[in-house]
Amino acid sequence: MTEFASVGHSVRKVDSLSIATGNAFYTDDFVEKDCLHLKMMYSPHPHALIKGIKDEASRDLPGVVDILHFENVPRVMYTTAGQGFPEPSPYDYCMFDNRVRYVGDRVALVAADSEKIARKALSGIHVDYEILAPLFDPERSTLPGSPVLHGKDAYAPLPVEYSPEINLAAEVELGFGNMEEGFRKADLTEEHVYYSQMASHCAMEPHTSMASFDEKGRLVIITSTQVPFHVRRTVARILDIPAGMIRVIKPRIGGAFGGKQEILLEPYVAYVAWKHKRPAKMTLSREEVFTFARTRHPFRIRLKTGFKKDGTITAFDMDALMNTGAYGTHALTVLSNAGSKMLPLFNKIRNVHFHGRSVYTNLPVGGAYRGYGATQSYFAFNQQIDMIARKTGQDILEYIKKWHIREGETSEVFKILGEGKEGVEQYIRSSRLDECIEKGAEAIGWYDTRSRRIRPQRELCRGVGVAVSMQGSAIPLIDMASASMKMNEDGSFNLQVGATDLGTGSDTVLSQIAAEVLTVETGKIHILSSDTDLTPFDVGAYASSTTYLSGMAVKKCAEKISLQLLDVASSLLQSQTEDLFLEKGSVRNLTDGKSVSFEEICLHALYTADQFQIQAQASHVASESPPPFMAQFAEVDVDIATGEVKVSHFVSAVDCGVAINPKLAEGQVEGATVNGISYALCEDYIFNEKGRMINDSFDDYKIYTAPDIPRLTTIIVDSSEETGPFGAKSVSEIGMNGPVAAIANAIFDAVGIRLFEPPFTPEKVLKALEDKIDE
Amino acid sequence: MKGSFEINREERTFSFEDTDTLLEVLRENGYREVKKGCSGGNCGSCVVLLDGILVNSCQVLAASATGKEITTVRGLGNIHNPHPIQKAFADAGAVQCGFCTPGMILATYSLLSRNPDPSDEEIRRALDGNICRCTGYVKIFDAVRLAARRMRDHD
Repeated sequence: MTEFASVGHSVRKVDSLSIATGNAFYTDDFVEKDCLHLKMMYSPHPHALIKGIKDEASRDLPGVVDILHFENVPRVMYTTAGQGFPEPSPYDYCMFDNRVRYVGDRVALVAADSEKIARKALSGIHVDYEILAPLFDPERSTLPGSPVLHGKDAYAPLPVEYSPEINLAAEVELGFGNMEEGFRKADLTEEHVYYSQMASHCAMEPHTSMASFDEKGRLVIITSTQVPFHVRRTVARILDIPAGMIRVIKPRIGGAFGGKQEILLEPYVAYVAWKHKRPAKMTLSREEVFTFARTRHPFRIRLKTGFKKDGTITAFDMDALMNTGAYGTHALTVLSNAGSKMLPLFNKIRNVHFHGRSVYTNLPVGGAYRGYGATQSYFAFNQQIDMIARKTGQDILEYIKKWHIREGETSEVFKILGEGKEGVEQYIRSSRLDECIEKGAEAIGWYDTRSRRIRPQRELCRGVGVAVSMQGSAIPLIDMASASMKMNEDGSFNLQVGATDLGTGSDTVLSQIAAEVLTVETGKIHILSSDTDLTPFDVGAYASSTTYLSGMAVKKCAEKISLQLLDVASSLLQSQTEDLFLEKGSVRNLTDGKSVSFEEICLHALYTADQFQIQAQASHVASESPPPFMAQFAEVDVDIATGEVKVSHFVSAVDCGVAINPKLAEGQVEGATVNGISYALCEDYIFNEKGRMINDSFDDYKIYTAPDIPRLTTIIVDSSEETGPFGAKSVSEIGMNGPVAAIANAIFDAVGIRLFEPPFTPEKVLKALEDKIDE
Repeated sequence: MKGSFEINREERTFSFEDTDTLLEVLRENGYREVKKGCSGGNCGSCVVLLDGILVNSCQVLAASATGKEITTVRGLGNIHNPHPIQKAFADAGAVQCGFCTPGMILATYSLLSRNPDPSDEEIRRALDGNICRCTGYVKIFDAVRLAARRMRDHD
């Protein structure tokens, strides 16, 4: 493997010390004089028409500046999904509407001199509702006679299947081969239905945005977002002002996980600020984050597989029903990804059919969430193949190795299924999944536990389970990233990227990539990211794209800088550029050993002769989306007296290409893994009969904390992807895909019960154990 | 009402209402390193040391904290002269988004003041009140162990 000076080293995250010392600014830390504070009023009904709003009493309160609702703001349809243009999500949302579609939907907004006054004013607004029948069951959404949520003004900006008149937010279908023949040739079939539940991202920083003005009267939006450039585009459209009048700045951001790939608060703060020519700020409470922000889309997935006695799958049929809630945010793309990220993994199956529908219900709104549909489909897939392997008497690890996609291979799915359009054909150039499986199995002690029904204590049964998955790296031929760079006379460089660091460490990783090209220490790269005035365009942080896509833009940009360095050095050293190379912050002549430092080169370029600024810019669009691969292993102890499932050891082995910063890559895997374990065992939205979430606090919505953390082992296998910067692929999402299935498979290994509906609570486990005894 | 506090070794006097929480008063007066994650006393983003005791500042009325010593993460060290715990969090890769970090560091400070050589189990229990969604806690545990070792070696 090539030795790198910066890449592959766990340099300290560039913003970590400023954060650890309390120096770093997050959106809510910015204070503007004379700022208006915004508070939203939410619907108490799951489905209703607003007949009228009486707000006079609240308007008269001292300190109340404005109250906005459907009667007094322009109705511009948009999607809150922060995606490329035109978005693959339907335009079914506007700032305010005369119809509310779930408990927690927006009704009216108070702008006041203080948060307290705004909160007080909320209680004085009287809304006259005409209550409509609600729709909670996604299975009923498209049936005749069901309540219809959206009217004629909702539309899809892309030519995709969208039928709001039957609550159909998106539909996907693909197939190849001959299903009938496939099932006819099968000796056996397995057919099961798998459910994935709604969940909250639980980024520690609640959603927050502030709009103010610069000295020229332009609008400045500081916001906790994954998509600053999409924010600018969408807000400009809603306010009907030129995009150039808006500057969007993303400061430090307190976690996102997909939850901030939404243009949720920015339109409101921008509208109020623009209307009143005063700064305006809005910060959600934790309760509001649970219900007003986005969730993981719940899925029902039916898998039917036909297979031969030797385990050969002759037909694979997947029917998915995705509940997008009241609005179709990411309704098409999460659904597509449930297929496109999972179906290619077993690429040797000849007969495949996938049909998926995203449907509206009167429940909180789904959105992007780490894993993006793949988490839900891999939960189904990995249990299904565990059952097939057991039924055909095969070792599951050998079974996966025999069937998974390999280097040099492709899948028809890549070509057929894209994001709102056809996909892009690609051949796998790097995969070390076998090694992930082998190393992971060794770390968990697979063969010491598997099928042995070990009982560490009288009531405890131990088992192990495995789940494998792949993700992607950016959306090919759609996503674009860019970078610009200039040189300073001390031999350091300013690097400007549109890429958006959510706390993932992309500022650090991108600095390392630039440092590697320029042979300098990472500390010589001063990065500025995510400011629509100062940094070039980038689609933002989603689709596991930043290291792979933005990293490539940075690499290209730094390579252009090095050409300029060589050019200036050639005149200083009176050498041919062909004889010159970069070495530790200088340019050296290969033939005579003479060298000139970067400082000298820059000073010469700035002040001496033929002056110019050493600077460059570059953009990058990926023509493929190389998947990272992962094998995840759970060892669980099931308490047969209480039904409690405890993960005693969890192993994640990942092929993410070259890990630019191994410690940060491990951190991504560990964070995603724990999020996945927490999702598997305790996270869920609980609704009352009116569709109101009743556990909207960390008291009642339990997530994993320090005492819950099992022994975790993270293995980064040696791999390199030729299309990525210095061999890198993505790593941030994939770790979310395995835990639910690995734990479910481990529970079966321990006590012989199959669970199809996470979270696997003690109640569900006990019930399944009782049902098993009854059989 | 008016009240005085000794915040990060500096005497400060603020006006506030008797129902205001310490978190609100601190944030309104520029102590933005004290983060607001839930306002329910569950997440630990807002913890401060109140006369040396770790408290969720969202659960304390400012009025009840007058006359007391308050330490925020900026009271431990700064970017030019960081506290060993702050440095350990950066070195161990324990800072991702960092929203929980000020609270985690103060919880660690509180633990190591009482127990300079904590076991893994003691570390887990000490951080029980602080939620992190990014790291999976592995690197945070590493940071606490690293800080403890460095502080012991230094003493």
